[in-house]
Amino acid sequence: MKVLLSWLREFAPDIDGDLAVLSDQLTMLGLAVEEVTVTGELVPGVVLAKVLDLRPHPNADKIQLVDVDAGDGNALQVCCGAFNMSIGDLIPFATVGTVMPNGMEIAQRTMRGQLSNGMCCSGAEIDMGDDQDGILILNDQVVDGAELGASLAEALGIERDVLWDLEVNANRPDAMSVAGVARDLAAALGISFDFPAYDLVRSTERIDGLVKVDIIDPELCGRFVAGVLRDLTVGSSPVWMQRRLTALGMRPINSVVDISNYVMLELGQPNHTFDLDRLPGGHLQVRRAREGETLLTLDGVERGLVSTDGVITNTNDEIVSLAGVMGGTTTEISDTTTNVLVEMAWWDPPSISRTVKRLNLPSEASTRFRRGADWGDNIDRAMQRFMQLAVQAGATAVDGYVDEAGVTPSTAPVRIRAAKINSIIGTDLPSDVIAGHLTSIGFGVGAVSSGATPAGNNSELDVTIPTWRWDTTSETDIAEEVARLYGYENIVRTVPAGSLTGSLTPYQQDRRHVRQVLVGAGCDETLPMPFLAPGDLRAAGLAEDGVSLTNPLVAEESVLRTSLLPGQLKAVAYNQSYGNRPPRFFEIDHVFLPAPEGSLLPDEREYLAVALAGEEAPTAVAILDLLERTLALPNVQLRPASPAGMHPTRSAEVVIAGRVRGHVGEVDPDVLQNYEISGRVAWLELDLGAVLNGPHGNRKYRPVSKQPTSNIDLAFEVSDGVAASAVESQLRRAGGQLLVSLELFDVYRGVGVADGTRSLTYRLRFQAQDRTLTDGEVAKLRNECIAAVAKKTKATLRT
Amino acid sequence: MLTEITAARDAALVEIEVADALDHIAALTTRLAGKKGELSLLKRQLGSLDTVEAKKAAGQAINEAIAAVGEALDQRRRLLTMEMLAARVEAERLDLTEFVGKPSRGHAHLVTQAWERLEDVFIGLGFRVAEGPEVETDWHNFEALNMGEGHPARGEFDTLFVDHVPPGGKPGTTLLRTHTSPVQIRTMLNSEPPIYIVAPGRVFRRDTPDATHMPVFHQIEGLVVDRGITMADLAGTIEAFTKAFFGSGFTSRLRPSYFPFTEPSAEFDIQRPNGDWIELGGCGMVHPNVLRAGGIDPEEWSGFAFGFGIDRMAKERHGVEDIREMYTNDIRFLEQF
Repeated sequence: MKVLLSWLREFAPDIDGDLAVLSDQLTMLGLAVEEVTVTGELVPGVVLAKVLDLRPHPNADKIQLVDVDAGDGNALQVCCGAFNMSIGDLIPFATVGTVMPNGMEIAQRTMRGQLSNGMCCSGAEIDMGDDQDGILILNDQVVDGAELGASLAEALGIERDVLWDLEVNANRPDAMSVAGVARDLAAALGISFDFPAYDLVRSTERIDGLVKVDIIDPELCGRFVAGVLRDLTVGSSPVWMQRRLTALGMRPINSVVDISNYVMLELGQPNHTFDLDRLPGGHLQVRRAREGETLLTLDGVERGLVSTDGVITNTNDEIVSLAGVMGGTTTEISDTTTNVLVEMAWWDPPSISRTVKRLNLPSEASTRFRRGADWGDNIDRAMQRFMQLAVQAGATAVDGYVDEAGVTPSTAPVRIRAAKINSIIGTDLPSDVIAGHLTSIGFGVGAVSSGATPAGNNSELDVTIPTWRWDTTSETDIAEEVARLYGYENIVRTVPAGSLTGSLTPYQQDRRHVRQVLVGAGCDETLPMPFLAPGDLRAAGLAEDGVSLTNPLVAEESVLRTSLLPGQLKAVAYNQSYGNRPPRFFEIDHVFLPAPEGSLLPDEREYLAVALAGEEAPTAVAILDLLERTLALPNVQLRPASPAGMHPTRSAEVVIAGRVRGHVGEVDPDVLQNYEISGRVAWLELDLGAVLNGPHGNRKYRPVSKQPTSNIDLAFEVSDGVAASAVESQLRRAGGQLLVSLELFDVYRGVGVADGTRSLTYRLRFQAQDRTLTDGEVAKLRNECIAAVAKKTKATLRT
Repeated sequence: MLTEITAARDAALVEIEVADALDHIAALTTRLAGKKGELSLLKRQLGSLDTVEAKKAAGQAINEAIAAVGEALDQRRRLLTMEMLAARVEAERLDLTEFVGKPSRGHAHLVTQAWERLEDVFIGLGFRVAEGPEVETDWHNFEALNMGEGHPARGEFDTLFVDHVPPGGKPGTTLLRTHTSPVQIRTMLNSEPPIYIVAPGRVFRRDTPDATHMPVFHQIEGLVVDRGITMADLAGTIEAFTKAFFGSGFTSRLRPSYFPFTEPSAEFDIQRPNGDWIELGGCGMVHPNVLRAGGIDPEEWSGFAFGFGIDRMAKERHGVEDIREMYTNDIRFLEQF
């Protein structure tokens, strides 16, 4: 909402003070100032001049010679390219030395042999409208007694003005008007606010019998007031009105449209005009549309209507207007219109909203109706103002209005407790101060009961709600008004007395730890979009059982991921396409699995993924090992498997404490091809949520033995069909408590080892807590280990 | 005899002088100066001398010769050891600049870094960190936050809906959360006051991406519910956060605004040391209807809530020009932070 200082002053004449302070005041009222512009400072050096003579240029067709009187009584010759002036016209004239808004400096110069001593200006050249085709003719616009040579601002009675562009919140429809902003500002400044009396002379003709209004659907229309104007001529509106409309962002159209818009901006009451002569019997009916009905609206579009749309019909039940949204063409004001029916109505906000949304027809008017206009005195005031402005434009106002009522929202008084208001804001305001803030913006306050003193804050008050603030229905609504007028900036800041000990949950701490360890391991964290394109899951070898968006912005972002794999592969491919170094990526993020039967929401889980481009499966296993140590995961096993999307012979399921929690290995070459990735990608994906919510982190102290250790190395020839982990588990079982560490330190295939087998060399370290192991004991352990492996895995000891 | 001793000593000293390896010195030590070394063996000839004086003089001469040879061996050993170490050190010379700039450390994402810094500041102010699902019910995202069906404010969120239909529920009631506020509701329902939480997380809007907007972004939300909580506490907490996160030269203000889920509502701005105001987020006193939806009696408890964007914090801290770049996952971007 834009407002002009001069316009605000018509309601609160005492608004004054430093511009920055006023702007701050508006912002702190909740009318945030987005932009301040000082206007009305016309171009210095441009003066009022009179055309004395016009004659052809002897050497040019496209320019003529003009003699003007710029105030000194002498004829000053100017060359001019416009031909719309007549002798005697008053025009804006840029004297020599004037710097025009476009930066050009006016100088005396010669054009085709003739002297030019200044410039006659078009409206566009001096920021007074869009017209650049002709010189701006000011004959009707200068103030009485204006002298030639006077500055244009003085001649036109234009004063310096301030334009504020305010952000008005959705709960403040009252501030969608100049008067509403003035009411708030006056209250904050502690100055008076009043509506002017809109005096006008009416004809003796009465409206009775001219107009009839039937509200058939009272839920749709809370109030409908109609007035009639006669002898109207549709012309252009006065310059002052055009200037204000333009300043507030509306384009001047003609006198009728401009008055309509002016009243709406000034008082916040949207309105509509009908050509009365095209309304048989002056009869209007308000009802809902019937499915299938249509209306040719003012913008020339045939609109199909539905049963929630509000419409106005004529006496033949033919639709003439889409209530509160847009009029129809059949009753449109035309150049030949002389008799006008003016509608001032209050429409049900949800009804207007539905129609505006369905037809995508937002407008200044419907926005005010949607947020909730005022059905009270403001409608009468707006009608009076409309009539007054029309009469000033030459029309005749028929006496009286037709005024029909429907259903309006309740504005029952709200009982407030001063103590509660104070406890919300954190203040200790006496009830009379609270009352004062409320009455300053038009609320009514009556005391119900008092505390210890009349001004005490134990009082209860009954607050009556003005019709322009009908969304105010509760004690907290009132508290907001009091806080706003008391000033948020005046609230003395405290911190809550009872705050607790802040902390991360163990889960959150572990997650951070995982992130730090992965960063330390050289992985970069990525945040791909959680949306996938249809087919992304299939291309990654995964089932297409994800949850989809029903209204995606684009089809490429319509499927929610069930795995982090597609997003990571896209990120890898993206980096490869730019020739970046091979990515080592990780991601900790949500995936969305199909909802289990009877579940309110999809099965949302937090996963961890690691993608190592150019690496083979063992690197991913090493990362898993790092995580195992980081989180002290119990009993991590790799179970050979071919999980979806993974390399069929280079992948395994990750089993932690007996539960499958993810998989590790390499991405399936087919999948890599689908994502246009070259080289291998080592991959690890874990259900991090399940891992962190499962057993982990047990780091119970084990005494450090001071006893000597015995190391033995054992090399086995193991069939390729037997997992190294199987050999390892036999060694651990046979080694028992005395086996304090076990390391697979060499894997060898080739000469000296049979085909289909490989050599696995383990270093076993034995140690007791309480004694030196004897050679005999170590030899016995060694034999038991060899026997256990041989028995369970058929592996043979290499010698 | 004495002449023989002197000759043996001098020969030994010459041998030591020309020894050029430590193992040679070790061999010489055994052969020359050991208990059964050449000089010691001379003592066996002492018996052939006639007089006690001659025996004594020769014995002394042998001992002196052994000491002199021992001393020479030590000196030579030290010298050779020094030379050997010097040669090894010289041979090991490395140009360390050859090893500069090899990427070995990864990077937490820019957004995560901002996220964790924010969490840490609020933890310092006594908050715990709460989380919730990204796919939400209409009830948690709107209804419980005082935005019933048909509430005009719903239209401003540009919600993305998913095709999941809850059992017995209606289609179009499962959505991607448009703000982190549903976590407020979940926290209130799952715990008893007093509540002091922040809820960071990803949120979604049906917005076309541009330099300052993404359809997917991150917010952090705060909720306090306790006895006697006032707007003064809200303003004070925002101020404490401002100073802790941005620095002591920054300050904050609240100004009236409108949100369906808080009343009174406010925008909060922060002021840079140079005087510029920056809009940061929204806040207000938790609306009684929201407390009720969370199973909390608004006559007994009151609270405040606040929220703002995390991505913008990250973007402005590092001067990133286009927010979309934060989500390309380009290594050349990621490794800058």
